[in-house]
Amino acid sequence: MATTTMTTKMKVGSKRRQAMLPYLYLLPAFLVMGFITFYPLLYQLVLSFTNFETRHLLLGLKSPDLENVGLQNYIDIITGGLPVQNFEFFRVLTYNLWWAVTNVMLHVPAGVLIAVLLNVRGLWFKRIYRAIYILPVVIPPLVVATVWRNIFDEQYGAMNQMLTFFATAFGGDPVRIRWLFEYTPPIAWLLPTGALPLAYYAMMIANFWLGWPFMTLVSTGALQSIPGDLYEAASIDGASPNQQFWRITVPLLRPAMVPAAIYGFTLSFNLFNFVYFMTQGGPARSTEILITFAYDLVRNLRLYGVAAAFAVIVFFVALTIFLITNRITRATESYVEA
Amino acid sequence: MSTSKVVTPTPRKNFLVRFFMQNTSGEGTGRDLPLWKQLLLQLLTLIIAAEVMFPIMYIITLSLSSKSQRPTSLELFPQEFSLVAFQQVLDRPTANPVTFIELLKNSFVLSVGVGLASLLVAVTAAYAFSRFKFKLRQVLMIMVFIPLLMPTIGLSAALFLMMNSVRLYECTGGAIALEPFFSCAAGGAVVFNLRDSLLGVGIAMISGALPFAVWNLKGYLDTIPEELEEAAAIDGASPNQVFWKIVLPLAAPQLAVTFFLGFMGHWQEFAMPWLFLTQPKDYTLAMTLYNMTGQYANAIPWNRFAAMAIIVALPVAVIYIALQKQIVSGLTLGGVKG
Repeated sequence: MATTTMTTKMKVGSKRRQAMLPYLYLLPAFLVMGFITFYPLLYQLVLSFTNFETRHLLLGLKSPDLENVGLQNYIDIITGGLPVQNFEFFRVLTYNLWWAVTNVMLHVPAGVLIAVLLNVRGLWFKRIYRAIYILPVVIPPLVVATVWRNIFDEQYGAMNQMLTFFATAFGGDPVRIRWLFEYTPPIAWLLPTGALPLAYYAMMIANFWLGWPFMTLVSTGALQSIPGDLYEAASIDGASPNQQFWRITVPLLRPAMVPAAIYGFTLSFNLFNFVYFMTQGGPARSTEILITFAYDLVRNLRLYGVAAAFAVIVFFVALTIFLITNRITRATESYVEA
Repeated sequence: MSTSKVVTPTPRKNFLVRFFMQNTSGEGTGRDLPLWKQLLLQLLTLIIAAEVMFPIMYIITLSLSSKSQRPTSLELFPQEFSLVAFQQVLDRPTANPVTFIELLKNSFVLSVGVGLASLLVAVTAAYAFSRFKFKLRQVLMIMVFIPLLMPTIGLSAALFLMMNSVRLYECTGGAIALEPFFSCAAGGAVVFNLRDSLLGVGIAMISGALPFAVWNLKGYLDTIPEELEEAAAIDGASPNQVFWKIVLPLAAPQLAVTFFLGFMGHWQEFAMPWLFLTQPKDYTLAMTLYNMTGQYANAIPWNRFAAMAIIVALPVAVIYIALQKQIVSGLTLGGVKG
């Protein structure tokens, strides 16, 4: 292995210093993370066993009336015992996973197809299109969400106006769909833990706009690194375009697209800004994801103890997802193991 | 892929399939696209461009309007070219006594500071994870990467309380006391609260920026061939010299990209500053933008909101498009091996 060859060559220094070196290089990062990541996590853990509320803010953990409530916060979250309406933990978790998975399943194929389209030899204005297609990536999510919220507005929204245009052309009535507020789900059976409201579909449309350009960006890079000789050799050997696509393009895109898809998954899973602005988790918390609920607990409900317990639970959800995705991408493997 | 000849003539696919299956390497020799194909592709790319531009044109049109009311009809092309909104935003961005220049400065200080600080701390850690093999490697790496899946918002309650406990008091005697380490004997007035300062928000935001920087840099370092380092080691360079003299210069482009991606994220960040900061003099551009979006769409000063959105988005958009190539290769390498 490469490291062993390196270490044999560096035997000049003492062996012990050699062994300490990686830890020395890690020290700054862990020192910083100790203060701002691990300490807060521990703090959350302590907080999660208390009934910490606004009145304890001044004195913090030294407040005299701070009670140890044991696992009560956790039990309340899991069993729905919180003084919060319309919150069931497993429904929100399922919705959150579903939301992330369906988004990625739309964004990746669309992104790849559009990248393929943009990569066609001899296409005019490629550079211009590339510059335009990247725009959704760079616009602040807050702006995107506010604009799309307006597009889906019941009265003045562009979506309803467009539908009205077609409807009236065929002699129908003006369309007044309450995209973001209608509670009755269009397809009742889709998700066992609670049907998806109309807002979900509206958000999927808006997030599609936001999501595919990144995937196109990544797959364009990967496509361009595929040598043209491969295709030439394949076509000389008589491989059909179909075979070329599945045997050359797809396998060679895979190493770039799998991590990109996972990156997209985590991005969608935690898409705080966008969800918070589109619906604030509504109607009736049906589009709530874990992270918007965590924010709501701190910012509006001000149940700090519960929020801390919730964060601990989110931590374990994240850990599980990470361990699974890590198996797929092998991101934590060192260079030398590859 | 085998080199064996495919003898059976494959059946002709319909033109759409053939179009997507063709050689997409974008290089090599070959005849130019036939005109009908070119036009068909142009039509497709134009439709996609229209989809991308739709919300963007909406914002641009709004920003060039002199009326701050909510638009009642869908306008995608400016009816007037009034710069009133831009002027108003630059003149008096919020109802608070804070100038545009101050907002810009705060945004800049915060995002540059967080970007640089996290980069500095991350680079050695990324190197250690990429090149060294040591006992706790896997565990430590998981510890660093989990926060990637758990946005900082999840830690916000603890970070808030933690930062809130660091206060500078001016004691009645004239001495200065720094809580939680010292406190005034006879009471005093708070002159500085870490939580309510750009410094505090910056520190809190690093907890999200650091893991991303480590992840992004590690992926790039993995791709730098080791031979260079081995050669340097044979020539008698110590591991530290190898890192500073060989690896760091080679990683410079990726350092720039990582910095910029961090910069962009924090440039648009509003949730954390919004939670922490209370004094208008510390507000940032993204917070101002957030401040304009109320609960109800009718309350939004649409033309000023749009103008502000463009002002916030433009600088990062320009840099992103300019650095497109480097960013893509950086992000794809971030998770890919081999």
